[in-house]
Amino acid sequence: MANVRPKADVVIVGLGWAGSLMAEELTRAGLNVVALERGVWQDTATDFPPAVDTDELRWDARRGNLLPPSVTAVTFRNTSDEKALPTRDWSCFEFGWNTGGAGMHWAGMAWRFTPFDFTPYSTAVKRYGKKQFVDGLIVQDWGITYDELEPFYDRFERIAGVSGTAGNIKGQIQPKGNPFEGPRSRDYPLKALERTLLTDLFDQGASSLGYHPFAIPAGHTSAAYVNPLGVHMGPCTYCGYCLYYGCGNWSKASPNACVLPVVMKRDNFTLITQATVQRANLAEDGKTATGVTYIDEKGTQWEQPADIVVFSAFQMQNVRLLLLSKIGKPYNHATGEGVVGRGYCFQTVSGADLHFENENLNQFIGAGALGSQIDDFNGDNYDHTGLGFIGGAGLLVVQRGARPIGDGDHLPPGTPRWGSQWKAAWQHAFQNATFIFGQGTSYSHKDVYLDLDPEYKDSWGQPLIRMTFDYNENDRRSAQYLEDKAVGIGKAMGAKVVIGTNSAKAKFTPYDFASDHTIGGAVMGEDPKTSVLNKYQQVWDCPNVFVSGASSFPNNAGYNPTATIGALTLWTAKAIIEQYMKSPGPLVQAS
Amino acid sequence: MIMKKIIWLVVLVVVIVAGAMLYRGGNVSTDNVADDTIKAADASPVSDAAAIKRGAYVAVAADCVACHNAPGSSEAFAGGYGLKTPFGVITSTNITPDRETGIGNWTERDFFRAVRHGKSPHGLLYPAMPYNAYVKLSDQDMHDLWAYMRTVKPVSKTNAPDQLGFPYNIRLMMAGWNMLFFDNSPFKSSEDQSADWNRGAYLVDGAGHCASCHTPKNGLGGDITSEYLQGYTLQGWFAPEIAGNPHVGLGNWSNQDIAGYLKTGSNTKAVASGPMAEAVENSTQHMTDADLAAIATYLKSVKGSNDAAPQPLAETDAQMSHGKQLYEVNCSACHNVQGQGLEGMVTAFAGNPAIQSHGHGSLIQTVLKGGRAAITDSNPTGAGMPSFAWKLSDADIADVLTYVRNSWGNAAGPINADEVKSSRQSLDVRQPMAVPN
Repeated sequence: MANVRPKADVVIVGLGWAGSLMAEELTRAGLNVVALERGVWQDTATDFPPAVDTDELRWDARRGNLLPPSVTAVTFRNTSDEKALPTRDWSCFEFGWNTGGAGMHWAGMAWRFTPFDFTPYSTAVKRYGKKQFVDGLIVQDWGITYDELEPFYDRFERIAGVSGTAGNIKGQIQPKGNPFEGPRSRDYPLKALERTLLTDLFDQGASSLGYHPFAIPAGHTSAAYVNPLGVHMGPCTYCGYCLYYGCGNWSKASPNACVLPVVMKRDNFTLITQATVQRANLAEDGKTATGVTYIDEKGTQWEQPADIVVFSAFQMQNVRLLLLSKIGKPYNHATGEGVVGRGYCFQTVSGADLHFENENLNQFIGAGALGSQIDDFNGDNYDHTGLGFIGGAGLLVVQRGARPIGDGDHLPPGTPRWGSQWKAAWQHAFQNATFIFGQGTSYSHKDVYLDLDPEYKDSWGQPLIRMTFDYNENDRRSAQYLEDKAVGIGKAMGAKVVIGTNSAKAKFTPYDFASDHTIGGAVMGEDPKTSVLNKYQQVWDCPNVFVSGASSFPNNAGYNPTATIGALTLWTAKAIIEQYMKSPGPLVQAS
Repeated sequence: MIMKKIIWLVVLVVVIVAGAMLYRGGNVSTDNVADDTIKAADASPVSDAAAIKRGAYVAVAADCVACHNAPGSSEAFAGGYGLKTPFGVITSTNITPDRETGIGNWTERDFFRAVRHGKSPHGLLYPAMPYNAYVKLSDQDMHDLWAYMRTVKPVSKTNAPDQLGFPYNIRLMMAGWNMLFFDNSPFKSSEDQSADWNRGAYLVDGAGHCASCHTPKNGLGGDITSEYLQGYTLQGWFAPEIAGNPHVGLGNWSNQDIAGYLKTGSNTKAVASGPMAEAVENSTQHMTDADLAAIATYLKSVKGSNDAAPQPLAETDAQMSHGKQLYEVNCSACHNVQGQGLEGMVTAFAGNPAIQSHGHGSLIQTVLKGGRAAITDSNPTGAGMPSFAWKLSDADIADVLTYVRNSWGNAAGPINADEVKSSRQSLDVRQPMAVPN
């Protein structure tokens, strides 16, 4: 190849949370790191100033911060006997784009998964027996425990400036916190965000049913804050422009605000933007990556040699890059063999639409994670005996800001679609309409997977990723169970109209915007036959390739994925620095 | 006859005095301590590592790269930065030890003469190069600086011509300028002051060349010494008073406020942006705590201007009430409801001397173009002020600034929409977005 850049110690593909945190750790350890980002450079001061940021049409309605489908779409089908078609319009896939990735436009809910979520197989078998798993369900342990990950969750919360109320500090249950959370070594760096009428109504309603409401941990600074990297963050102003927006107040945690200002100052860090990575290149042994090939903004192909390759693109793209690089054995649906693309799953969402009679919810005062939740029915926090499924959901309300455009159709049933009655209903709904969101767990199934599309290609001629997915029986049962719980809370809150919602009732479609938390496909685990990565997110078959992101999750939890992505990245970075650099090779021996 | 004699006598006296002054202005004998045989690029290596290290510190304190580096260039000291003066654009030169395009063929003495006396082998320098400050640099610091500059990587880059109109393009004129305005005397310590104070004075007047921006200039660019460090507008930015006036200067800043600002780029009272952010990033943040404390000690001793706080404008004033509305909508999210700002990120308005100064070019410029806080090792955040040119009219900007200058204990004259209009024109900033009726 004609164009070869100087060799780096590490090449990082994708500069969202995973790539940025990895870059920070590795450059601080003295490694020479080159990061390749497909989008453009975006920084907090220049690109998200409050003077221009509050533009719902540009950022929310028109998805100005997301990866356009014209750049890379996903092809989709429900079952393997169908033909998959590309998502040509905005869909539930909200892939990161530009520096900061999805960490720039996320809402800011900064959850830890429960201890159960990392060991669903062993825990469920022990408690209920294998009969609890529906036919074909893929349930497996991650190879890492919550306790192992705890210090890295803690570090992520410090870097991001997370605001919350601890529920369990070293085993001691704390008042007002989430009593179901895994033990944490210490409290959040910042106290929880302010409470609102909506959260009060939820807390009262849920408490009246005997549940345990608490403030959602928020990647929004409730007070001025300086993170461990020395970056200052400003107190959240509750402007309500978080999800889909960059935050110009340094209040919403993002790689752009919290990490990149520090990394960009380091001489051993190089960032190349508008660099589309096509694949990692393998040495003749087929087990060692020599670097990556990318295409620059002028369409010129380059090679970036490196001793270590880190894929930290969005989940779908991590899986696609592995497949394009021929790293790991692709999943074969017919035989059930292979691992890359296996263990894919989405998120099972149910809940309730609420319309109050005469409240002043003032949801224009908001933040992407300003809300309350109960975890009484999340993970394995309740007895599933006789229920026929595992998992559950966190049930929450969130006051994320009013959306004059987006909420124009969030009206009670029977409302006319136009005219004076629509206007009156819309005005009324502005202060009275809200929802309970049941963000559910999800487990993979042998019939759902990712592979390379045989027909559709991107503009560089590379196959698109193909998604074969529908909800499974476990999803449908848990979603129905949680829908009923959400309706119960809605009624207890005093809403006049309560309508249950359940995305798993119908066939999955990417045009249902219930959740964008697509996960798995290159999962971590204990056995190379059922996982692509070992517990350090290191490829079993190619030890100098690490993959970081939600693609590593074997199952989805009833939470947003960001903090877990961050914690796993920090955990992997430590393993690279302290173990791999001293003795390059597999960090776990396959038994 | 007698009349004629008197005239001749007067002419003679003038010539003698002028000659003496010219000699004094052009006297470079103090540079004879420097070697005049070895050239910068000569093979003879500089082996004194300690001297090189000290010299690097002098270069940082003197902020050489601020000018001798093209914006965004990684070729340090290769020049190419266009300094906009009232007389035209003066482009900084290549001072790397490259023989053809830099100072590779200079001897140490050539270097001393250029730095301390504005006399380069190619002719007289314009005082955009602050030799009128660097003349205070000690022989030791100059030897060290030379040792360091010889180790800089040579860059082959031809100097760009200056863009100066007649008569300013005649370099020889600088002899006259030197005669009038160049105080050609080395630094003298003051025996009745502490060592700390003297070190501070040496840094402020010498390497730091603070007066270059902060002391008012006359029509020919010479310092108005009676208004030493009392604030001046350069390149559209007002460098505020850094003398002792409590209202518009540093009178109400503690020594720690000053040292902390220079170290981190901010304190509870203000955040450095614009040219001062560059000075902090390139220079002061890298200075030792002892030197910054010394600078603070010295600055706190400098007598301030007589600018007294006027009566603040009444809240009922039309500009004030409109400005208050604009402030709440556009500014309060970051600058806070009482103008407190946010430490380390967002400048405070309440009690901020720069906000209340008579020179307000920086305020108008920052609202029109936006700004960025200094990015330092101790505070890498780099918070930003967005441009409001697209959103706020000339009158809006005048009103909101007038409000900020007269609220929370602040008091200063109103800002006129015409001033904003002319700044918008001279800065070539866009007009506000048209709002349909």
